[in-house]
Amino acid sequence: MKKEIMQGNAAIARGAWEAGVKVAAAYPGTPSSEILRDIAENYPEIYAEWSTNEKVAVEVVSGAAIAGVRAMASMKHVGLNVAADPLMTLSYTGIKGGLMIVVADDPNVHSSQNEQDSRNWARFGKIPMLEPADAQECKDFTKIAFEISEQFDTPVLLRTETRVAHSDSPVVLEDRVESNIVPGLDPKDAPKYVMVPINVRVRRKAVEEKMKKLEEYANTFKYNIMEINDTSVGVISSGVSYLYTKEVFPEWSYLKLGMVWPLPKKMIAEFAKKVKKIVIVEELDPFFETEIKAMGIKIWHGKDVIPNMYELSPEIVEKALKGKKYKEPKIRVKPEDLPRRPPNLCAGCSHRPLFYALKKLGAFVFGDIGCYTLGTAPPLQALHTTICMGAGVGQAHGAMKAIGKDALGKVVAVIGDSTFLHGGVTPLMDVVYNKGNSTTIVLDNRITGMTGHQEHPGTGFTARQEPTNAVDYAELGKALGVKSIRYIDPYNIKETMEIIKEEMNKDEPSLIIYKNAPCMLLRRAKPTERFKHPFYVVDTDKCRGCRMCLEINCPAISWQEGEGTTKDGHKRKGTTYINRDQCVGCEVCVQVCKFDAIVPGTK
Amino acid sequence: MKNSDKTVNIFLSGVGGQGTILASNILAEVFIKAGYDVKKAEVHGMAQRGGDVTTHFRFGKKVYSPLIKYGDVDFLLSFELLEALRYINWVKPEGKIIINKQKIFPPAVNLGQVKYPEDVEKIFKKYFKDNVWVVDGQGIARSLGNVQAANVVLVGAFSNFFPEINPEQFVEAIKSLLAPKLHDLNVKAFYEGRKAL
Repeated sequence: MKKEIMQGNAAIARGAWEAGVKVAAAYPGTPSSEILRDIAENYPEIYAEWSTNEKVAVEVVSGAAIAGVRAMASMKHVGLNVAADPLMTLSYTGIKGGLMIVVADDPNVHSSQNEQDSRNWARFGKIPMLEPADAQECKDFTKIAFEISEQFDTPVLLRTETRVAHSDSPVVLEDRVESNIVPGLDPKDAPKYVMVPINVRVRRKAVEEKMKKLEEYANTFKYNIMEINDTSVGVISSGVSYLYTKEVFPEWSYLKLGMVWPLPKKMIAEFAKKVKKIVIVEELDPFFETEIKAMGIKIWHGKDVIPNMYELSPEIVEKALKGKKYKEPKIRVKPEDLPRRPPNLCAGCSHRPLFYALKKLGAFVFGDIGCYTLGTAPPLQALHTTICMGAGVGQAHGAMKAIGKDALGKVVAVIGDSTFLHGGVTPLMDVVYNKGNSTTIVLDNRITGMTGHQEHPGTGFTARQEPTNAVDYAELGKALGVKSIRYIDPYNIKETMEIIKEEMNKDEPSLIIYKNAPCMLLRRAKPTERFKHPFYVVDTDKCRGCRMCLEINCPAISWQEGEGTTKDGHKRKGTTYINRDQCVGCEVCVQVCKFDAIVPGTK
Repeated sequence: MKNSDKTVNIFLSGVGGQGTILASNILAEVFIKAGYDVKKAEVHGMAQRGGDVTTHFRFGKKVYSPLIKYGDVDFLLSFELLEALRYINWVKPEGKIIINKQKIFPPAVNLGQVKYPEDVEKIFKKYFKDNVWVVDGQGIARSLGNVQAANVVLVGAFSNFFPEINPEQFVEAIKSLLAPKLHDLNVKAFYEGRKAL
């Protein structure tokens, strides 16, 4: 028996491989991204792709499932919003080969734009949902998801969250077992898959029958586990919330739900009879609580004490349930008095000079999701909205329609390369079609940056690093009907400002694209090769301590206090200092300095 | 550990890019091979962009929660002074603290808006007396020719707290996690770190 320590996401990938999965697709999103990467790197038996977006991913894998193979897609919680359209109807059509969709929630929004509870999709879409608590369960639940999918002719949702997806624990490894379904397509199946009203009404009934059977199945599902200990309190919980509660109240009785939809009503009623008082511990929404209360079962504690926002933890659960009896640990230092350490754009990042330029231009910047969202942080503060992938392009258009010609020269949308392909192309088409005049800047740094460097249709490589077509953004813009298409070198601040200003002022749609500005961490693009000098230093003979170079928020530049004078006699309160280990020589600070005080360094 | 039934809570903290994740991976390999149940939780996402990085690492006979309960940390292993101080309230009164003496200034300090906290070591000693160890991870790693190995120096220092584990088990874990060309440097870093306490 081989045991290995694995991350939850790696265990899902392993489970998919052991279950005989043949096709996997995903769009990256924290905390789900490692699943597809792991499959691409370790399991050649599975076809693996980074899809253009989550909707495409679900369509790809559902096609594979209809063709009779086991298939899966993975995404973060907000990704399922994008993929909801196919998913809601796949619940009606069912599948042939097993189909699993992993949805990774992010309670406490460690790296997301909202905190939605994906369990609601299961109820809304009439789709069974499993929720593992640790890596072993990630693997086991993945395997059983495919069995449930085939047995009940339905897609299955596997819900994880940050503390499951990104936690490591031991996993027992097993062999791969190929599915015994014979792949193939049969035109006679059309009534099952063509969702026109006459067929939908038939399938609509099948959905209800499926859910009824699944509820029966849930009552005997082997991962819905009753642990009867001290019967004074019985906890109903799932996933990592169960682990937190078990940690602080090991003596209580538990009903741990491995399947969180549909609920095992018979089992819940039975549990309620065995214990005196019921406590429901769940992160985010009162999902179980609403359902269990509707069953007429009395609850001792639920969301009256357990928070309905942010993530839970052992101490939050303990404090909520012990109330005044909870003993707070001693406060030695107030953490709020310490300097924070927010994430920052890397030294040399091409987004830094762009946001500096946009700030100087005084533009209202409709933003998007990616590293460049960090452009909103002080002192740059040059990004003013972030909603979802692609939103900024349409929003800039709407804002300009609302304000009219007065908005010319004042509004711009910025969007990353991966994000533009994910959700920015259709709104740009809309801008052109509806005679808009907004400007869209594609911050093309040649990779999906924030989530850890996943390929996309613009990079020229597949998930398995095979060379492939790379989308040409200018040609794409042209095909959409954009007449004014320009390239910018963001490292040339003056020229960048001129071009953006010109385009923002034009009474027609404009598309601006980064040229030769790859992500600093993308080694294959040799990002620092374009810079003339390896690093720069502050010439203390000239530095007047004006702090202008600090305005770009470069992690390599810091302030050093100390009164003094420049060589030509100007008094100063300090100078700035460039850390040569961090500086990559991008020359952005050189352009910002008005006193030529930043000069090439010598080794 | 004398009481092997009890779960041991190790909290690692540092700054993105310091190699805290490798350090916690080494610990995971070692304790799982030693027959313990292990759970390890970290927040990724923006780690490479200079933000703070923390890992909750727990081992014992049976570990439930992947997160350590606030106030229940047995060992605080920190790779940066400010990032140690940030979690001082998490440590049990009898907990042990191992800190790398490196300072990495956060943006607000770089901008001259706030001061980097002074006397971090003194603050820890005030509360934890002799249970505080400060290691010059960078200095030791630099003397070995590569400052990047500071994280493994810290692991070496930390290994002293687990006398029941043969240091060779740490070496084996280090080798299993790093490319062969990095083995020599990191094995040396481990042993130099082990001597540093």
